[in-house]
Amino acid sequence: MNLEQIGTLQIIVSSVGRFWPVWLAIAMVMGTSFLYRKKLGLYGQLYETNVGLLGLAICFFWLFTAVFSSVIAPYDPISQIAVMKDALPGSVVPEGSGGGVYLFGGDKLSRDVFSRMVYGSQIVLIIAPAATLFALMVGATLGLPAGYYGGKIDTLLSFLANMVLAFPVILLFYLLVTPGIMDTPVPYVMAGVFFLFPIIFFCALFYTRFKNRPDRLYLLLGLTILLGGWVYLGLVFNADPLGIVSIDPNQLNIFIAVVFASSPGVFRIVRGLVMDIKTRDYVAAAQTRGETPWYIMLWEVLPNARGPLIVDTCLRIGYTTILLGTLGYFGLGLAPESPDWGTAIKDASRLLRTTIHPALPPTIALMSFVLGLNLLADALREQSLKD
Amino acid sequence: MLQFILRRLGIMALTMLCLTVVVFFLISLEPNLKKLAISQTESRATQEQLESWLQRNGYRQNFFVRYGQWLGVVKKQPNIDASTGKAVSRFVFCDEPDVATYSGILQGDFGCSTKFRVPVAQKLLPALGATGILMFWVMVTMVPVALLIGILAGMREGSRTDRTLSAVSIMTTATPEYVSGVIFSVIFASWLGWLNGSAASATTQGVNFYNFTLPVMTMAVYGIGYIARMTRASMVEVMTQQYIRTARLKGLSFRSVVIKHALRNALIAPFTVIMLQFPWLLTGVVIVETMFRYQGFGYTLVEAASNNDIDLLLACSLVSVFVVLFTQLLSDIGYAYLNPRIRVQ
Repeated sequence: MNLEQIGTLQIIVSSVGRFWPVWLAIAMVMGTSFLYRKKLGLYGQLYETNVGLLGLAICFFWLFTAVFSSVIAPYDPISQIAVMKDALPGSVVPEGSGGGVYLFGGDKLSRDVFSRMVYGSQIVLIIAPAATLFALMVGATLGLPAGYYGGKIDTLLSFLANMVLAFPVILLFYLLVTPGIMDTPVPYVMAGVFFLFPIIFFCALFYTRFKNRPDRLYLLLGLTILLGGWVYLGLVFNADPLGIVSIDPNQLNIFIAVVFASSPGVFRIVRGLVMDIKTRDYVAAAQTRGETPWYIMLWEVLPNARGPLIVDTCLRIGYTTILLGTLGYFGLGLAPESPDWGTAIKDASRLLRTTIHPALPPTIALMSFVLGLNLLADALREQSLKD
Repeated sequence: MLQFILRRLGIMALTMLCLTVVVFFLISLEPNLKKLAISQTESRATQEQLESWLQRNGYRQNFFVRYGQWLGVVKKQPNIDASTGKAVSRFVFCDEPDVATYSGILQGDFGCSTKFRVPVAQKLLPALGATGILMFWVMVTMVPVALLIGILAGMREGSRTDRTLSAVSIMTTATPEYVSGVIFSVIFASWLGWLNGSAASATTQGVNFYNFTLPVMTMAVYGIGYIARMTRASMVEVMTQQYIRTARLKGLSFRSVVIKHALRNALIAPFTVIMLQFPWLLTGVVIVETMFRYQGFGYTLVEAASNNDIDLLLACSLVSVFVVLFTQLLSDIGYAYLNPRIRVQ
């Protein structure tokens, strides 16, 4: 059966048009930020350079695409319209099957490639930054004492970190993200350990600062334990009493594997930064004042290490995105019909001999997002070097 | 120096020991053993048959006993044939002896691959050879191109060349193998038809330009950006040094300053980076070999992992961890050798 086609120009115009909420949001956010850039610190300085502007624009584009997915995507990412199997880009869906246009064509299972790409951004933009933040907290909580105290604790933690780093990521994923492993306690134990770190981190942060101001301390500690415990219950035991926080076991598994793979890297960077910063005068001053080691680590050393850490976090989100794509490419963890970019690339790359068009949107999406993050990191590095 | 190397080798052995315990633990988890038993018995085997297969082949022994057997410090026991009561070899297809022997890694026996039905060494060595060829061509293309880009960009910081080349290298760092592989296949295999989109024929008919360019290109691209950026940074730093200014002021041409004075010092840092690229390259090998159907180490690893082929998977992890740690050691030694200012303590 022959499908009606629309022209190339029309495809471009309509796909740009479909992103209208994104353009609007970018214009609003970046316009306002540009006007007040002088008051926005490091973030505002990004608006001074072309590289920073471009990086921000790309990252915002995908961020808002993820937020407005349901408005942008014309179809459901997993619904199939049988006649549209391997339809070329710009094919018009017959009136009988709902109408509309498959802007980037249909894939082997006659799903809309455009909608899948748009929905795929959601998965990537939730897991990648969240996993990076967790890895940051795990790496910081372990890297601070390792760098500050040195000695035995440093030797032990560095050995463990190097061990994980010596392990090829892909083998790690094959071992940790196999379907069978969800029946064993391994992922839950790991989740239990990893999700403890943010709670410990914030408790230590507040305790060291407000030790002598019980009114503030009890409030903040209480809030941390309450909120942290709530999320912890929901994520690790899937037993949130209110039923709001929950995570699909597969996604939990991926999340844990990604955190596990990237926290040793953060650990090494934090450790190196701490070893450098602890020789500074303000640390000596704090030691002379009689501050506790953890106060110095969390409130003197860590804030001064923020520049390189922010840059590294940016790069690391990109790297995590690549890792997620690798997982999808090998069909590990994510459901086979999941619209994420890695899975889409896997599906499409097996059929490159016959159909090309389903392969390109997810590859370009993944590449552009990582490129945006890399540009952002570059601009941030340049700006923080200027100070 | 000798003491340093010995210490590092000791740590290396310890790391490998710890990691193999972890891998052994993970692949001996109940669901994984089930998977193995299912793939090794007939498809309609009952729970009891699966259990008896695991029992008979020694998978139900104590974890540490089995690890010891694999390592070669505990004797591997032959199977006992239930009907005759005689000892028979565990896996006939691997020529395993029918008497209890020490036969593990320490004795040089990597065990038996249940998936390919051959001894692990017989499967792994050709695969490593094939991957070695791939790695060789990747290194031969990646390193010179990356160094050239880095040096040209870092030579004159902020120039038009610098900005263009930096943009190129930042682009390539954002392109993982499975992305560039797809894009290159679309352009060179599907549209232009210049190159072969599969390297399967490289295994049987030997390597040639048509079947090997795409895998090599795909792998090289991701690494180029990173090495080029490191080279550029190091070159930029060297170009601001006093001795470069002195050389310029005494009237040497820019070209000879770059080649004779800057280059040698600027290449120390990239050397380390190239050596530390190996862990990344290993992941790349797995992706590229799967994508282009090239039967090397990465392909073997994927097959071993998806069939829970215990001995093969352990051998694969041992090899990859060894490669990673060994290149780290080489990079440390090489760094101290290249840079006399740094002395190993």
